Amino acid sequence: MANIVIDSIRKDFGTFQALKEVSLTINDGEFVSLLGPSGCGKTTLLRIIAGLETGTSGDISVDGRSIVGLPPKDRGLAMVFQNYAVFPHMTVYENVAFGLRMQKADEARVKKQVEKAAALLHIEPNLGRYPNKLSGGQRQRVAVARALAVEPRVLLMDEPLSNLDALLRLEMRTELKTVLQAAGTTTIYVTHDQTEAMGLSDRIAVVHDGRIEQVGTPVEVYNHPATRFVGSFIGNPPMNFISMPVTAGHVAIGTKRFAVPAGSGDTILLGLRGETVERAPHGQGLEMQVRVAEPMGSHLLLTGSILGQAARVILPATETVRNGEMIGLTLDAKRLTWLSPDSGISYPAAA
Amino acid sequence: MTQNRSWIPYLLILPTVFFLGLLFIAPLVQTIWLAVSDNGMPSLANMRTMMIDINFGRSILNTFLLTLVVVPVQIAMALAMGTMVSKVNGGRETILWIWTIPLGISDLAAGMVWLSILQNTGYLNTLLFSMGLIERQTAWLTYQTPVALFVGIAVAEIWRGTAIVMIIIVAGLNQVPKEFKEAAEIFGASPWTRFTRITLPLIRPALQSALILRTVLAFEVFAVVYALGGRNFPVLVGEAYNWQNQNQNYSVAAAYAVLIMVISLIATLFYLKVIKVDPERLP
Ligand SMILES: Nc1ncnc2c1ncn2[C@@H]1O[C@H](COP(=O)(O)OP(=O)(O)OP(=O)(O)O)[C@@H](O)[C@H]1O
Ligand SMILES: [Mg+2]
Repeated sequence: MANIVIDSIRKDFGTFQALKEVSLTINDGEFVSLLGPSGCGKTTLLRIIAGLETGTSGDISVDGRSIVGLPPKDRGLAMVFQNYAVFPHMTVYENVAFGLRMQKADEARVKKQVEKAAALLHIEPNLGRYPNKLSGGQRQRVAVARALAVEPRVLLMDEPLSNLDALLRLEMRTELKTVLQAAGTTTIYVTHDQTEAMGLSDRIAVVHDGRIEQVGTPVEVYNHPATRFVGSFIGNPPMNFISMPVTAGHVAIGTKRFAVPAGSGDTILLGLRGETVERAPHGQGLEMQVRVAEPMGSHLLLTGSILGQAARVILPATETVRNGEMIGLTLDAKRLTWLSPDSGISYPAAA
Repeated sequence: MTQNRSWIPYLLILPTVFFLGLLFIAPLVQTIWLAVSDNGMPSLANMRTMMIDINFGRSILNTFLLTLVVVPVQIAMALAMGTMVSKVNGGRETILWIWTIPLGISDLAAGMVWLSILQNTGYLNTLLFSMGLIERQTAWLTYQTPVALFVGIAVAEIWRGTAIVMIIIVAGLNQVPKEFKEAAEIFGASPWTRFTRITLPLIRPALQSALILRTVLAFEVFAVVYALGGRNFPVLVGEAYNWQNQNQNYSVAAAYAVLIMVISLIATLFYLKVIKVDPERLP
């Protein structure tokens, strides 16, 4: 059992606020990703949870008991460091065995656990070698194996797959998820790779500038970003944001009128996922001036502008669009996000 | 292009080689020859004179005892000091600076400092007397009080020579990324385990350098001993000095010099073998 409640954690480094009132609840056995750009405070939050850093204020509790002030070793967690921190003076085997040795596990159990973790991460051939002779990706896998070998209640991982090639990363991702799910390990996973976060997580916490902007399932976060930042950070291509005039609570798009949420002013920001549009019959729908049309095989990527604002949309591969063509797009009212142009915060999705 | 200029590196190191040869190798060869010759003929007479001298055994014993006590204490203290200073944030430089003050004092002056503390009218006696622990002035540095004399010299040597060890150790500790210790901490290593299993192995090169330097210097101990003990506490370099100056026998002095050099070389070799530094196992 490991329910983690992070309550209003702040962290100042001198005058710099690295974390500004971060709150997050992680349920037992859940896989939560901290997703955000470089420097947003992901590692800092992880280090505070691990007990390597002390928050300026706020509380963290596990299963209802505050762990603030507990030394790292009493928190029952394992961690994969962003720069691996694989011990250079120990063989890979001894590295993976380290946590078990500290727990004074008997030799048979050490051997069994090390071999299991090594097999999972495909590092068996390297068990007798020293880390300096390994590639970055191999070292990273040693770090992950070291953490998995102790079968922790809570696993903290700081960009554990960032150094692997695309293919291996995909494979590791799947295996990691399977293993952690089977073991019921509560996992906090730091990444700035949105596809990794989408693929692995039960829930994603999007971190920006020392704040959590949104917490939700991958689908929620993708379809209904809480802020402009979340919409533009998640998805490839990122969400389009088009400023539109509001008249009498409606926005006119082509021949159609869309009701906008109450409380908006004269203009509103339309958040439009590129792949939610369809091509409209000639002369209808939202007009897009296509600058470049790129056939990607699986789909057709169009880059251009809508209402004079840069936009990217995706059409089925079967469509043909010429560079420079003006096309019409049909929108799906249910899949639109409306945001305040001033605050960049989205209005609650219509029920 | 690089090929036909391969003489440039040699040209650049020529001056150092030349001066080293002139100022070091030549006197070294001369000294060795002086030690193992007599009237221009190879002879072990000087060695024999050195070994049958009454102070020879005592000076070897004293030098080794002093080294065996001083060096481990200095390494332990330097490790403790280096570890402590790595924990402080503000004022780190100031602390290091204060700790290195004894380095800036010549060893004879250091001996004088401790003489002023330990001599009959020194600060130690004054303090002990004012506390009522002694009745009258007590002599600590005579041949009748060999243990006190030894302790006094050892303490002075430790005071004077720990800073150099500490500087090397601190440099070594700075090379160890904090993530290694943090990772060990997360996986349940106690502070002592972190020190012995992570920090110590990772500062091997620094430890090796410190041990070699400090041991070689310990075998060359002289001025502090001379200031505190005079001839009451014979050591190897002191004997060389006496043969050279008092007895005007350069050959026996040279024999001592060669002996000290051989001991130092053996000690260095010992550390190189025992504390192996494998670059593959370093960060
Ligand atoms: N010990 C420290 N002292 C001062 N500032 C720090 C310290 N540690 C982190 N910071 C600052 O806090 C901010 C967040 O750092 P953090 O390492 O948490 O970022 P991150 O989200 O993990 O980034 P990345 O994806 O690049 O790893 C950065 O601006 C960083 O400069
Ligand atoms: Mg980071």
